[in-house]
Amino acid sequence: MIRIEAVRKRFGRFVALDGVDLDIARGEAVALWGPNGAGKTTLLRCTLGLINFKGRITIDGLDIRRHGKAARRRLGYIPQESILPPDLRVSEAMALFAGLRRANGEEVDRLLALVELDAARSRRVADCSGGMRQRLSLALALLGEPPLLVLDEPTSNLDAAGRKAFLDLILELKRAGKTILFTSHRPDEVHMAADRIVTLENGRVVGLERVIRDADPQRPTQGPAQRLSPQRDAQHARPQQPFHDAPSSLGLGVIA
Amino acid sequence: MNAAARTAAPSPRALARERWLDPGNLTWLIRKEMRDAIRNRWMILYAIAFTLISLGVASGSRLGTGMDGLAGYGKTAASLINVVMLFVPLMGLTLGVTSLAGERERGSLAYLLAQPVSRGEVYLAKYLGQSISFLAALAIGFGTTAALIALSASPDAHTEAFLWLAGLSGMLGLSMLAIGALIAAAVRRPGSAMGVAIFTWLALAFLSDLGLMGASIAFRLRVQDILALSLLNPGQVFKLASLSGFEASLDVLGPVGLYAQRVLGDSVRAAMLGVMALWILVPLAIGAIVFCRRPI
Repeated sequence: MIRIEAVRKRFGRFVALDGVDLDIARGEAVALWGPNGAGKTTLLRCTLGLINFKGRITIDGLDIRRHGKAARRRLGYIPQESILPPDLRVSEAMALFAGLRRANGEEVDRLLALVELDAARSRRVADCSGGMRQRLSLALALLGEPPLLVLDEPTSNLDAAGRKAFLDLILELKRAGKTILFTSHRPDEVHMAADRIVTLENGRVVGLERVIRDADPQRPTQGPAQRLSPQRDAQHARPQQPFHDAPSSLGLGVIA
Repeated sequence: MNAAARTAAPSPRALARERWLDPGNLTWLIRKEMRDAIRNRWMILYAIAFTLISLGVASGSRLGTGMDGLAGYGKTAASLINVVMLFVPLMGLTLGVTSLAGERERGSLAYLLAQPVSRGEVYLAKYLGQSISFLAALAIGFGTTAALIALSASPDAHTEAFLWLAGLSGMLGLSMLAIGALIAAAVRRPGSAMGVAIFTWLALAFLSDLGLMGASIAFRLRVQDILALSLLNPGQVFKLASLSGFEASLDVLGPVGLYAQRVLGDSVRAAMLGVMALWILVPLAIGAIVFCRRPI
């Protein structure tokens, strides 16, 4: 679904991404993990085609730089915070972006029902809670039924209830076969939603781990360290630094 | 169109077509920009401001004549030239900067560019959407004044001159919007971009006249050189074009006006319109290139 090949990005002297390689299969949920400044958001912005970079990123075989429009038609993006004008009503926001995403009224209705905002159609964005706004962002990202969702710390500004409601929706979408690429600072949601965790440090991939969980991904288990079962990812692993199996080396120090 | 069709692998022809401007996307983005203009109320404020200014000029033009009411079309148009040269560039430049820089600051530009649109579409649609809104604000201002002049029983035969000035004011506004958008594309910080826009306005409205006078004395410039330098300021082009529309001699502009009239003859108006069109298209094209190449 997504192929990231030797991606490099510099901001002046600062190396934000230093030869990142990553393949994400269709239907897979991948979390980008790492400390601030590791390059997570920069990698997302490169994937969206928002900034120039060296290397190559393709979405469904479409080069994001050469065929940006066609590639972006295959993805929905959810930013950290809703950037919709506060005086816009929920239904107006949906109608506004439905035109661009070639979505019809039926699809708008279905998505509003999915994110449980159908009763809040006439509510202004300013009057929506943080959780409602993020669910609206999710509905907007799903317009046109893109197979890929790109989320940039989508729950960082939500309270516990809002976060839970949002994560439940993401898990539902994941089960429905959406490919998900997201960043997060919260270990619980990374473990809950991700099939694979890509750890970035100083712009490099320093860890690729598969999350092995019980049959029910939502069932609460012990702590983060117990829930993670790091394995060397034979298919994708091209770590620039030695790969360690010990959880403490996988950013869990940061997680905990 | 179902989801499978929307996300199916596009044909090479479809991919090639996607690189160009998509009329559907362009229409959607223009509507969004116009909606933003109405929501932000700048369009309404500009329309009210321009109406008040032009009405003030129309009534002020009669001061000292001992007559009440508004002046005729010709006199109002002549009096409006300097006001337009001052206010339209200020409105156009600040507006051109605000749209792009404001969206960049709020983060909504990145969100917009993460949609299936090209940067060229976004830039052009922003410009066109703002242009339509700006022209509507000017039309309301000029239209209200024209209607009130017609009702005041003092209209004269110079309606053509008034319409000519209104049209040229629109072109001057489009030119300034294009320059403002170029500034916003080139200068990433909103505060700095606004600073550059204000300085550009000062330079075009005040400093260029002084600079031209100073340079002509210091370097003993020939009249043709002064004319050529004047054309580097869209405000001066507007002045030349509007005066030429009043069927009057350009001698009010001194040797430069007379020289332009002698060299260009009856084509002064067409030539100035051409230069004004260049002042719209060139900054617009440069701005689009800069916007497409620079990080947001």
